[in-house]
Amino acid sequence: MHEWTRKHLLSIEELSKEEILTILETAESFKDISLRPIKKSPVLRGKTIVLLFYEPSTRTSTSFSLAAKRLSADIVNIPVKSSSVQKGESLIDTVANLEALKIHTVVMRHSRAGAPMMLAKHTNASIINAGDGCHEHPTQALLDMFTIKQNKGSFDGLKITIVGDILHSRVARSNIWGLSKLGAEVTVCGPPTMIPVEVEKMGVKVTYDLKEAIAGADVVNLLRVQFERESGMLFPSVREYAAMFSMDDTMERFMKKDALIMHPGPINRGVEISSSMADGKRSVILEQVTNGLAVRMAVLYLISGEKNNSEEA
Amino acid sequence: MKTRNIMNEDEIKRIITRIAHEILEKNEERNQLALIGVRTRGVFLASRLQKNIKEIENIDIPIGIVDITLHRDDLDQLSVMPIVGKTEINFDVTDKIVIIVDDVLFSGRTVRAALDELNDFGRPKKIQLAVLIDRGHRELPIKADYVGKNLPTSMDEKVKVYLKECDEKEGASILCMNGPENIS
Repeated sequence: MHEWTRKHLLSIEELSKEEILTILETAESFKDISLRPIKKSPVLRGKTIVLLFYEPSTRTSTSFSLAAKRLSADIVNIPVKSSSVQKGESLIDTVANLEALKIHTVVMRHSRAGAPMMLAKHTNASIINAGDGCHEHPTQALLDMFTIKQNKGSFDGLKITIVGDILHSRVARSNIWGLSKLGAEVTVCGPPTMIPVEVEKMGVKVTYDLKEAIAGADVVNLLRVQFERESGMLFPSVREYAAMFSMDDTMERFMKKDALIMHPGPINRGVEISSSMADGKRSVILEQVTNGLAVRMAVLYLISGEKNNSEEA
Repeated sequence: MKTRNIMNEDEIKRIITRIAHEILEKNEERNQLALIGVRTRGVFLASRLQKNIKEIENIDIPIGIVDITLHRDDLDQLSVMPIVGKTEINFDVTDKIVIIVDDVLFSGRTVRAALDELNDFGRPKKIQLAVLIDRGHRELPIKADYVGKNLPTSMDEKVKVYLKECDEKEGASILCMNGPENIS
């Protein structure tokens, strides 16, 4: 396994194939901790982790806080809505103040792309990007890759289809970077208004036809229609979107026998996926949530090496 | 660097057989016995002990694996976090007589970490320790119940065990770090 020397986890784009595999293999070891009678390991004892979420989140923030707790770190959750950010404090000032409290790691979600990278330059703490605007969501992609690896074994020649609002999706972007590095073939599918111009340059195939996209796919990853990011304006009506791109029972016969259905959540039942598919036997949606915990434990563990600490600074 | 062989394949075989007998001699409660190998070489030694015990008394003893990384006491001093292996204990350790198996007993810190890791899985009735080589220099109050060979060493020597399952050969050697050529 490859040695991990990074201080931050900012994007999948910057990681090498070996680094991604190191995280996935480490996650494998951490997954079992949650199955033990005593679901706790002392490995991050004495470390303090701050969750700084400028956008709403249930899954990611719960997953990170549980991951930190299972590793015995202390965790502080800062709901931005009720913090000094509302009084006009800048991002750098907020984190400088947190750093004065001797914290080690900031897990951050922000609506602006690049916010975690900017912060990483101005702080001694380790930064984990938990989603920045429409840019990247590294831990989601890692847990998707982990789920694929657990079910399919390897990535070589695997066909992965991502369906939905590729344009606004940080999950899609992180997944495309990671899966291509690991040797999978990625196809994206959605209404033309939701497919970024020149996305082929990321090494993916593009199709606007769902049946074509899922034929031969080993994994179909459905994205949520993000109504909060003006996704709703990119197609005439939700009903039309559902008619053309919803994964429902009528799609079943076009799929490979052992194809998996994934979704980063939260799901809009009846929009991008039907209830019968979301709860069906192909669905690994809840397995993704379980795996998210293991992957985040692995990431928190790996970036906590001594030379990453802000203490001695 | 000077290398001195201290154990060959036959000796390892005899030691494992002897320790298997000693385990059975010391513990009458056969059905409560369990073996736990410490990654990496302890795992293979534990499995050899399991086979030997099966041959002697025709009983199947459950076997598990511990990875001690998460309980190491030097993680704060390392610049890169070490690779974490999997702990695999697929039976309930509570009320078992657990025998921890490792290749070399040195400072005792690995055993301390293994004890802590085991704690997360339940409360064994007893925990005993079996090692192939005890080279001394303990830094913690830990003592082995079964020792293959007591080997006096100095601190600048390294003891290395080789097993067929993961190395190209079988045996054990002492590596002297301050060989005659580099005495300053």
